[in-house]
Amino acid sequence: MKKLLIWLPLGLFLLVFALVVNGLIEPSDRIVRSAMIGKPLPAMQLPAIVDGKPGIDTAIWPKGKPRLLNVFASWCIPCVAEAPQLLKLKRAGAQIDAIAVRDTAPAVQAFLARNGDPYARIGDDSAMRAQLSLGSSGVPETFVIDGRGVIVDQHVGDIRAEDVPKLLAALEKAR
Amino acid sequence: MIAEAGLAALWLATTFAIAQLMLGAAAARAPDPSAMLPGVRRIALVQALFALAAFLILIWLFVTSDMSVLLVAENSHSLKPMLYKVAGAWGNHEGSMLLWVTVLAVAGAGVALFERRLVAETLSATLAAQAAIAIGFYAFLAFASNPFARLNPAPADGQGLNPLLQDPGLAFHPPTLYLGYVGLSVAFSFAVAALLMRDVGPAFAKAMRPWVLAAWIFLTIGITAGSYWAYYELGWGGWWFWDPVENASLMPWLAATALLHSVNVLATRDGLRAWTLMLAVVAFSMSMVGTFLVRSGILVSVHAFAVDPTRGTFLLVLLGLYIGGALVLFGARVGTVTQGSTFQLVSREAALVLNNLLLSVILGIVLIGTLYPLVAQAMGVQLSIGAPFFEKTAVPIALFLVAGTAAGPLLRWRKDSAQALLSRLTIPVAVAGVTFALFFALSGFASPIAVLVLAFAFGLAAASVAPLWKRKLRRTPLPIYGMVVAHLGVAVSLAGMAADTLFKQERLAAVAIGDNLTVGPFKVTLTEVRPTVGPNWSAMEARLQVQRGSGAPFELVPQQRFFANPPTNTSEAAIATLWDGQVYTVLGAADGAGRWQLRLWWKPFVTLIWAGGGLIALGGILSLSGRVLRARRDARALEEWA
Repeated sequence: MKKLLIWLPLGLFLLVFALVVNGLIEPSDRIVRSAMIGKPLPAMQLPAIVDGKPGIDTAIWPKGKPRLLNVFASWCIPCVAEAPQLLKLKRAGAQIDAIAVRDTAPAVQAFLARNGDPYARIGDDSAMRAQLSLGSSGVPETFVIDGRGVIVDQHVGDIRAEDVPKLLAALEKAR
Repeated sequence: MIAEAGLAALWLATTFAIAQLMLGAAAARAPDPSAMLPGVRRIALVQALFALAAFLILIWLFVTSDMSVLLVAENSHSLKPMLYKVAGAWGNHEGSMLLWVTVLAVAGAGVALFERRLVAETLSATLAAQAAIAIGFYAFLAFASNPFARLNPAPADGQGLNPLLQDPGLAFHPPTLYLGYVGLSVAFSFAVAALLMRDVGPAFAKAMRPWVLAAWIFLTIGITAGSYWAYYELGWGGWWFWDPVENASLMPWLAATALLHSVNVLATRDGLRAWTLMLAVVAFSMSMVGTFLVRSGILVSVHAFAVDPTRGTFLLVLLGLYIGGALVLFGARVGTVTQGSTFQLVSREAALVLNNLLLSVILGIVLIGTLYPLVAQAMGVQLSIGAPFFEKTAVPIALFLVAGTAAGPLLRWRKDSAQALLSRLTIPVAVAGVTFALFFALSGFASPIAVLVLAFAFGLAAASVAPLWKRKLRRTPLPIYGMVVAHLGVAVSLAGMAADTLFKQERLAAVAIGDNLTVGPFKVTLTEVRPTVGPNWSAMEARLQVQRGSGAPFELVPQQRFFANPPTNTSEAAIATLWDGQVYTVLGAADGAGRWQLRLWWKPFVTLIWAGGGLIALGGILSLSGRVLRARRDARALEEWA
């Protein structure tokens, strides 16, 4: 018993040491994944932000076909960078909705005029509540919502050209 | 040229450290170690002088803004105020590691110069162990963190120092903390030497005690100052965030506090031999673990300065060698350390054992909480652990610890009766009971835990002065006063924490010029918002007129500062310290329609938190002076007698 106690500190230290070595070898993934993946879309009623385009109301969320939900802002540079890819996705048949985070109507209007408009609906999330409820930690992020309204996938950061096939595949899988 | 001189000084210090290790080890095994000891002492001194020279050269490079040195170019700027040029020398990874080894070398030299009580073998082994630690960290500097690396071509100017670090508090916070952190290396080396030489007893404990006390005083001051710095500089109004880097400073402090108490048992009663050795190893190990956590960037933290796997790996190897080595030595040798004297269940020793166990448990909780993200990562989950975990787990144990702190000094050594203890504790328990009833009602029965903490604080305050009752105050030894003051400091600090939780009031609002807000008993009027400039920043500052009731109004001027190099915003809180608390104001963003966000707090008695920290350190200083004076007197008496 006493013998065991004497070596206990070394044992504990070796345990911590192994842990830290593991932590060093596999530097942590600094991307924050949403905890909402696999769960139904949280309820949200976001008013329209631009004229002639509806806002987002999960009570009347179109079921049946998978959709993309893009979290963006007119003030966000990577959002400009991913705009061509979103247009490409739309041309490939993807249905895309959007949440505009901390934004104003004229700014979004100008953003769409300059970068193209792939969106079916855009909700106004001025207080970032909807973004937080989605578990999104920044802009841009894109969620894949399946036909039953369940979040099945999340893309963090701007959509690069090489991500387009991946997202299309995810949409196909969510069918 | 100057930078190369710095590098040369570093290499020379390394050479002398190697010599110190070899000669010290040889002396420890020599037939007549006292003949070789003076040589080891001198080498330790020279090693420290070279390390100090390297550090002063680095400061000089920062003062003269020598942009051909990479470290200066990356962390300084010629327009920076002089204080921050100097502080910039240790406000970065390489510089702070150089400060670390410098303190290590200077602490070793301190032992070499002043330690006269240990037998020559043990002292030689201590100095050898101290050199062994230094060699590893010199190598780390030379191979993975060279502070004197050149940059060619030299840039026209530097990139500036992180503005959060441009604060007078920060100029002195790291050196103080390092003196404590690294000062514990002396206790570590003592323990290693004691294990190697099988020399554990009261004489050894008495020799080690002042060094532990000194390191602990610096740690206490460093943590207290760091907490206050975070409180006013980060503008969050909180004073402790359970951030990994804060925890890294708290863990050695907890271990050192435990060590401080157990070394007293060893010195006075020759008990707890193995345990004291263990704690001495653990305390400095926690310093090294802390350094590793901060310097490897393995944990995400607001303090994360350097994220570098190479450095992390290097530090980890050193950690494995030193901590692992010491623990293997402990396991192999401690069985041969004979058991010291024993004691009864109700006794001063038992109370100190309880204190040690509870401190160790809190240490374990903090360590687990700090490392848990790594455990989760190993299992494929990502999470971070925040204040709620630490508060739920550590606070109840801390309350037991407070009870022990109240009772311990009122117990006799070796054997006492529970009944006598209870009668001595009557007044403190009554004080705590009345406090609880009064404030529980006063605070609207809202947060019983905080009221409990407050009640324990009052009870501890009453109990901590009790050892002075019926004593002749002028003949009471200084260490007793030290204990009383330090324990009183714990009570004062706890009262401040509880008061902050129970009574703080907060207002957050967007206000236009001329509007007023009330927070607690204060009326705050925004009179003006205007731009202003400093040496290397520009700012918007709000003028707030603050008035309590019909008292004289005073002005507070919180700022939003913009630093160009590197581009950063900081909010400079404006704080008014009154006798019964602080008014804390922060200026936020403008809303574009002529209104400004203001965040106001009234924090009654929050200052007690740091005042208590100061008292704890003062208690340490009293105790240390008592011990040192006593040792001098004894030495003189011995001379006269001989």
